[in-house]
Amino acid sequence: MISLQNVTKIYPGSASPALDQITLDIEKGEFVFLVGPSGAGKSTLIKLLFRELLPTKGEIYFFGRNLARLDKKALLNHRRQIGMVFQDFRLLKQKTVFENVAFALEVLGKPPKEIEFKVAEVLEKVGLAGKEKAFPEELSGGEQQRVGVARALVKDPLLLLADEPTGNLDRNTSRQLMELLETLNAEGTTMVIATHAWDLVDRMQKRVISLNQGRLVRDEKRGTYGHEF
Amino acid sequence: MNFNSLRYCLRQSREALKRNFWLALVTSCIIAVSLIILGGFLLLAVNVAQVMRDVQSNVEICVFLYDDADQDWLAGELQRLEGVETIRFVSKEEGLAEFGRSLGDAALLAGLQGENNPLPDAFRVTVTDAELVPALAQTMRELEGVEMAEYGEEFVGELLKITGWINRFLVVVGLLLALGAVFLIVTTIRLSLMARREEIGIMKYLGASDWFVRFPFLLEGLAMGWLGNIVAVFVLAVVYGKVASTLQQDAFAFFLRPVTSPEQLLPVFLGLLLLGTCMGGFGSLISLHKFLRV
Repeated sequence: MISLQNVTKIYPGSASPALDQITLDIEKGEFVFLVGPSGAGKSTLIKLLFRELLPTKGEIYFFGRNLARLDKKALLNHRRQIGMVFQDFRLLKQKTVFENVAFALEVLGKPPKEIEFKVAEVLEKVGLAGKEKAFPEELSGGEQQRVGVARALVKDPLLLLADEPTGNLDRNTSRQLMELLETLNAEGTTMVIATHAWDLVDRMQKRVISLNQGRLVRDEKRGTYGHEF
Repeated sequence: MNFNSLRYCLRQSREALKRNFWLALVTSCIIAVSLIILGGFLLLAVNVAQVMRDVQSNVEICVFLYDDADQDWLAGELQRLEGVETIRFVSKEEGLAEFGRSLGDAALLAGLQGENNPLPDAFRVTVTDAELVPALAQTMRELEGVEMAEYGEEFVGELLKITGWINRFLVVVGLLLALGAVFLIVTTIRLSLMARREEIGIMKYLGASDWFVRFPFLLEGLAMGWLGNIVAVFVLAVVYGKVASTLQQDAFAFFLRPVTSPEQLLPVFLGLLLLGTCMGGFGSLISLHKFLRV
């Protein structure tokens, strides 16, 4: 599904690469943790997969297509196949839970009936049924992040990218969110999650890709957070 | 962009216009004022063109004679000139009577009859083509017994000069106002962009196309342009209608026949609608180009 070949990313004005000669493959349906200290290159890798950034060297393939060679339309389609979850949730404060999730489908030009049906379905799935009319500020951090996940999922993405999704959540809420993501993964969505939540990584025993100073230092099928950093 | 997207964009534009209601209203008013001035200039230009056509199509060459001129010989010579349609002899007595009628009060000319009549005998010559008038007048001046041949060239020249200056002044004022209106549209759209910055950032992650992001702002600018348009066209139509009907009824303005034919007026009003739309769209596009990165 995803293939990175000798990918290097050097930001303008920076002497050292944010990612250095990364080669890896991610199969459809996998659940992958990206771990490593701050500045290891996790967020850069997420942005490269979304094609918010282009690699300085090397190639990234998504279902066999080189992301660097996508035209505007293909880039749009690529991004529509991906759901993004952020550490800071990025919900629109003036919109209700329903409207925040529906927004993802309105942007794609879906008809109102379909939006209504799919939003209700996905809110049920993430455990927010009954909170449709609430505004983000009326929700707990965990609930807000569930809205973020619902918004990412409602367009049926092939891949869900999450950058520190539990960064602003307490341990218990983080565990619940990870369980939710695990369930969604079991239903077929590929997950790539950058995280510092070592206890959850250790407990879930999923594939772990460990980065340090832009280099891939470990890639285990059923790994743990590790103590190399 | 499908129907659902279009509906979404329309809703966004409506909300943005509500949010910046007063600024949008002021912008629309400035657009309206600039279009009223530009439209007024265009209507004036259409009418001046009509006056010019009237003057040229009715132009007569007035050939004034010396007292000792051979009228019969001159009548023959004039008739022989190519492009001359009709000639009519106007004696000095008839000339004085006509002058009295044009003043509206023949009593003003009391004491100028007979020996005291200062007017010369004349021929009134009409021509087949107004463009031949200057050359024919010059030929007639060279004929023996002709004191002068006039066709109102100074009047036509002065009229052209004055209307030319008025037109230039109105174009400059109208364009300055139009520029000001476009600048205001840029500002209004920028405010809308700032208000929705967060939303636009999220849209990108949700896979919104560039045009889906841009279109509500373009619609917002167009709506301001259209509002200004409608006001301007309405005001111009009402004012022009009043002025035209007053002129048509006013005996003192008999020489001014305002243009009332839809074939001549419609292009002016359609042009204004197009211009207002372009101003709205242009202002939006400048703002989107300068302040929006999607």
